[in-house]
Amino acid sequence: MSTAEILAADPAAGPTRSVAKGVGLEVFFEGICFAAATALLAALGGVLVSLTIGGWPAISKFGLGFITTVTWDPVRDVYGAAGPIVGTLITAALALIMALPIAGGVAFFLVELCPPILRRPIGTAVELLAGIPSIVYGMWGLFVFAPAFAKYVEVPAMAAAPSGSIWETLTQGIPNGSGILAASIILAIMILPFMAATLRELLMTVPAQVRESAYGLGATTGEVVMSVTLPYVRRGAIGAIMLGLGRALGETMAVTFIIGNSHGFPQGLFDAGSTIASTIANEFNEASGLQSAALMALGLVLFLITFTVLALARLLLREQARL
Amino acid sequence: MAVSPARIASRRAGNVVFVAFCSLVTLVALVALALILYSLVVQGVGGLSLDVFTKSTPAAGSPGGLINAIVGSIMMCVLGMVIALLIGVFAGTWLAEYAGNSRYGGAVRFLNDVLLSAPSILVGLFVYEILVAPFKGFSGLAGAVALALLAAPVITRTTEDVLKLQPTALRESGVALGSPFWHVIRAILWRSASSGILTGGLLAFARISGETAPLLFTALNNQFFNWNMTRPMANLPVVIFQFALTPYPDLNKLAWAGALLIAATVLTVTIVARALTKEQKRS
Repeated sequence: MSTAEILAADPAAGPTRSVAKGVGLEVFFEGICFAAATALLAALGGVLVSLTIGGWPAISKFGLGFITTVTWDPVRDVYGAAGPIVGTLITAALALIMALPIAGGVAFFLVELCPPILRRPIGTAVELLAGIPSIVYGMWGLFVFAPAFAKYVEVPAMAAAPSGSIWETLTQGIPNGSGILAASIILAIMILPFMAATLRELLMTVPAQVRESAYGLGATTGEVVMSVTLPYVRRGAIGAIMLGLGRALGETMAVTFIIGNSHGFPQGLFDAGSTIASTIANEFNEASGLQSAALMALGLVLFLITFTVLALARLLLREQARL
Repeated sequence: MAVSPARIASRRAGNVVFVAFCSLVTLVALVALALILYSLVVQGVGGLSLDVFTKSTPAAGSPGGLINAIVGSIMMCVLGMVIALLIGVFAGTWLAEYAGNSRYGGAVRFLNDVLLSAPSILVGLFVYEILVAPFKGFSGLAGAVALALLAAPVITRTTEDVLKLQPTALRESGVALGSPFWHVIRAILWRSASSGILTGGLLAFARISGETAPLLFTALNNQFFNWNMTRPMANLPVVIFQFALTPYPDLNKLAWAGALLIAATVLTVTIVARALTKEQKRS
């Protein structure tokens, strides 16, 4: 209430209660906060809508065939995304299979076995490594890992594989260090610190009494972890694993450097392949017309896959937090 | 109840295997990660020189540095962080103070968590569709918006978490003094939560400073020094990506130097953020 208003007010009306300054802004402020929250929602919705609109020409032309055929031919303008889709699923799955036991081992070590002096430094190191940008892992993969991998793993493995056996099929490809397996290993290294850090945090939420009672009954460390603490956090652990999977599925840079970037079905573990993200990263800027739409449609496929995985992960983690 | 010695022996053996496996695997993981950092430091320091900080990105064979990319990265990250802080702090405040248990609040919270770990390349495609394609040109501005979209969910999440940690008595005493609630939030809650919000901001900054994929389709790259954010803009991650894939050793060296710069920045920022949280817990 301004001075002028006070002077103008009728004194006979009695004392007026002064209203706190800025009450009118309340609605305004809440509105801004609400708008910001809605903007986040709109961003996620916008990703979905823009990918659908951008990819529509390809989706309407190829229909379901888009995800079931392998031909990716910009010259004839025919696009089938089965190669990158399968490549994405295989690399992510292999990365998860490799990273999971190691991440679990690291987390168990840090929570149950580690000497107290080392616990903090190692735990911090793992958390810091989880934040290293993926392009660093990609560069290391390209310059350091790939040559060594070709020399010490691929060449001997291909030479040792008996002809006609499953090993020969698995080790098909050009032993130049890049390919499906190499990309999976780099992905595994990349998601390892992240998964270890999340699992460790989860295991630390197990109440001390639960663990101590198990030890009190005479259980060994291994038994405590496997039959008491791990089951206690199982939902959260699955959620953490799926978060790691989500990262592996959507990872671009670490993979693009080393997967070899060839469309079509990978024939073996050492064969070059591609993932959805690496295909988009490699081709989008040079693409136009239908190819660009096909890449957008690929993005939509990736969105749907990762959204499902991440949504499940978050639901499981949330249920764990409620326990 | 008799315990057979054989059973005890097998349980002990099982435990030895478990302990050995965990210790071994931790050792292997730490060694592998140390190797990565080691080669990053060795190769990166080998590529560092005064030129890196004074010259723009070269063509193959000529001397040059990364200054245009460094400046471009800083400009885009700073603008991205400003946008992300505006959205993130307000959205986090809404979730913590206004949303309560409403359905819409739950949906925002849930989808924000999904957005938090959504593939960054898709965010790049989205920003391409809304800011690059309609204006017929890549721009630093589009890059900043893409980075903001990646940082905002992190800030939203931390803001909500730290605000919820503030005691209800703080809100009640503010309101009891006759202050409108928005003023209580601004003058009391934000202030007492400031170091937590700052930590979230730093973590978000660490996350976006190394992001490459979304910048490929938004800021693109620029061979030359450039202050103009409406034009394509050089930035460290994309330069690293392009230079690493060339067959020229001098460009590869610059890529390593850039990677080292980014990794060092990220590590420093993360450590500062962690130190802040620790201090906050102590006080």
